[in-house]
This record gives sequence, C-alpha cells and structure tokens, in this order.
Amino acid sequence: MSDETGGEAGDAPTNDGQRFDRLPATPADREVEGRASRAEVLDWWEERFGIDPEVFAEYSFWEKGAGKIWIFNGEATDPSEVEAIGMTFLRTRQDHWKPTGRAVSRFGRLATKNAIELDPAQASRFAAGDDQDLPEWDGDWGYLIATHEVAGESVPIGVGLYLYDELRSVVPKGSRADLPVVE
Amino acid sequence: MNPLDRYESLVDDVDAFRAACDRPLPSVVRTNGIAATPARVREAFDESGVAYEPVDWHDGLFRLPDGNPGGNWPYVHGWTHGQEEVSVLPTLALDPRPGERVWDACAAPGSKTTQIADAMDDEGTVVANDNNLGRLSALRHNAERLGITNAIVTNQDARNFSTKPLAFDEFDRALVDAPCSCEGTCRKNPDVLDQWTLDHVHAVAGIQKGVLARAVQATRPGGVVVYSTCTFAPEENEAVLDHVLANEDCELVEFDLPLDADPGVTEWEGETYDESVTRAQRIYPHRNDTGGFFCAKLRVGGAAGDETDSAAAADGVVDA
Repeated sequence: MSDETGGEAGDAPTNDGQRFDRLPATPADREVEGRASRAEVLDWWEERFGIDPEVFAEYSFWEKGAGKIWIFNGEATDPSEVEAIGMTFLRTRQDHWKPTGRAVSRFGRLATKNAIELDPAQASRFAAGDDQDLPEWDGDWGYLIATHEVAGESVPIGVGLYLYDELRSVVPKGSRADLPVVE
Repeated sequence: MNPLDRYESLVDDVDAFRAACDRPLPSVVRTNGIAATPARVREAFDESGVAYEPVDWHDGLFRLPDGNPGGNWPYVHGWTHGQEEVSVLPTLALDPRPGERVWDACAAPGSKTTQIADAMDDEGTVVANDNNLGRLSALRHNAERLGITNAIVTNQDARNFSTKPLAFDEFDRALVDAPCSCEGTCRKNPDVLDQWTLDHVHAVAGIQKGVLARAVQATRPGGVVVYSTCTFAPEENEAVLDHVLANEDCELVEFDLPLDADPGVTEWEGETYDESVTRAQRIYPHRNDTGGFFCAKLRVGGAAGDETDSAAAADGVVDA
C-alpha cells in the first residue's frame, strides 16, 4: 500500500474511505487498524455458513469505506482509485459481520448451515421486506440465508436477521419486490 | 420533421420500414448465465405462470408479452436482465473470452457490461466506464444484481480515458456502444423522434469519433474493437468509422450476426466513405421485427505476431 509510513510513531496507516485497499492475507499482516484480513473473511464464511474457503481461492478481497468488503475476480492495482471493484460482499468493523444480499445470492447456494428454507407465502413476504414470526427455527440467531424452492431447487433470496422467534428481512428497499406466491 | 423520413432512401421497402417503426416492441429479458441456464429460467417461468416466448436466434432471450420483466422470481434472483433484443448484438460481435481484458467505454446502465462478463464466465477483467456518475449507479446496481465479480467501474471521459487506475495499459477487446440520437429505439420510446435534431447528430458524432479513436488506441495490436449505435444516421455510423479508419491503425472486418442485416452505406448526402464500411451491419426494424441498430467490428493493426492476432483476424471470415 502506498500509504505505508514505515512505522513512524503516531502516523500509522489508516483506512482511506475514497479508495480500495486489498485486504492483508492474515491478521499478522495487518497494517491498517481494524481492517479484516482475507483469512478472517474466509473463516467467517466457513464458520457461519459452512462454505469451503477453497470456493474463494481465486478471488481477492478489498475494503473501501468503513468496513465494506468487496470481492473481485480480476486484475487491479493496490490501492485502486476507481468507482467499484467487483461486488460488495461483507460488512465488517462491527460486532456481527453481515453478508450482503448480493453475496448471498451469488454464493449462498453453497451454504451448509444457517440457511432457512421458506415456504411460498413466507418467501413472498420476505422479498417484500416484511418481518415475520418463525418460532419453528431452532438454529443460530443472527444473520441467516433465506432460501426458497424454485422449480425443484433451493435458491437463496437474501439475508435475514433472526432474533426472538422472528425473521427480519434485511432486503434493501431498492431490491424489495411484490411477488406472487408460487405454490 | 420525422427523422425517419431521411432514411427512406436507404431501405428497400419503405412501407415495411415505417410500419415496423410504428409497432411497439415487447419486453425482452436475457438469461444471466452466471446465475442460471435458459432451461432453469423457463422452468421458473412455467412454475410461476409467467408468459414467455422464445427468440429463435438466441436461446437465452425471452419475450414477455405481458410486460413487467422485473415482477417475477427469476428477475429477483438475478437470473434475467431486461434488455432489448438487438442490444445483445454488440457483445456477440465482440466475442470476449474468459481471462481477457475488456473495456466497455460507454457502459451505463450496464446491459452490455453484464453480458460481456457472462460471456467471460466472470473471469478476466471487464472495465466498465461511463462519464455520467448518475448513470453509473444504475450500472453498479445491475452488475451487483447479476452477481458479477470481474468488473471494475470507472468514471472518466472515454475520449481521453486513462489506464493509470488499472493494472494494465491495453485491452484485448473494447466495446464502444456509443451515445447516439437513438432513432432505432423509437419502437420503445417514440419521444426520441420528437427530440431529434440535426445539430445533436453532428455534436454527438464528434464525441463518437473521439471515443472510438481512443478505444482503438487503448486496444493491443491484433485486438478487437466493436462499434455500435442505435441510430440509422450515417453521420453517426459510417462517417465515424471512416474518420477512425483514416486516423488510427485499424481495419474493418467482416463478421456474422444471427439476424438479417444490410451492409453499411458508402454514400450519404454528398459524402463518400471508405469502401470497407460495407462490412458494418445495419439492422432495420422491418427485417427481423426488432429495434434498429448498427454494428461494426474492427481489428486493431500493428505488429502483434501472437496467435490471438491471427485468431482475431480470422474471426472476420470464419465466425459461425
């Protein structure tokens, strides 16, 4: 990174919200305080959703803004002063990391845990952005991948937040949709 | 005046041309191969009662006679993207491959960028540029919705695009899907005919020349540049090609499109153009019952000497 300062006291590298910086490989490689490492990101997806880190072997991970992580499958300079690099993937720098709906849509079918299958009516409510009571879920609380069946296969819809017997839809306003119930 | 009047001398069947331009176009979606196959989209449409019709020249396209392309689950899942039929042509001509470096010079709102990324199997780098920051947000939304991970988005004037923010300084392929006077979209948006002015044609032609010249310069020797518009105006089509042929090291190559097309014109209102502009393809609405379109494929000159050089040159004659 070009803003490395050689460890001068009081002038440690900081997160620059205007550009994309590649994540360090491991926590030991970290130079910018609070920045997630690639290893931690992959560990998180494996622990939370059971997705094999090997799935992400060819991708690079970048931070822009406070904790927003992007996933990229191409060539880029580090840092990169561009408008976007790949796809938003994960929100870090908060107690509970939150996957993006896009990441879940793209990679969520690989999840082996913390995915909740919704029936047709529940799926339509979820896509519309509505919260709903789902006391029957006996898995973890926190961020889940909401799925439903489309033509015989389970398909991720987006990210839900499960707390106190309730599944909250955290589908962003711009992505909400009023869809017919498909029985 | 209705600008379509001025193109009557270019078409073989004026009545059919005018009648087609007056008919509205159906909504069409393209399958996003990164997320689903055409067969999966069909199954999902069948299951949810969405009416659709296949498009015989492209198995990933579906016409939706009831409209509302965004109001169904396949769309929400990023399996489909609303895109006019002729709009898939420039990416077919560009023929990007996985692992390549591709520039989409005028990319917003991203229909072609996302189709390019799909054709690359989301591998390699597609640099999606647009000078309009507002339209870039639509591009970013579409790229994310379709799950594309190999795109970099930039906000520059394409005429003097700098590769400095990139990890490389030349592209394998570039698409210039240029801003234009858009008469070819009149079946979707008849307002374009009312807003048309010759002054705008001349102004936008200057921009088109600048962008296409920069695309040729930014593409490696032996690489491919595709130029496309949705206008019938020769000032914005063949005249732009003629200008760039005269000023940059490149040539027009022949290529096949899966639609009936007419060759580019070499004469227009007292101007004559390089004979090779006949290798460009004009898509008139009455030929295939589509929107209007223009598409040309160029090979960048210079000593390349590698195998992709000859492959790109051969594309012109052996493309299926």
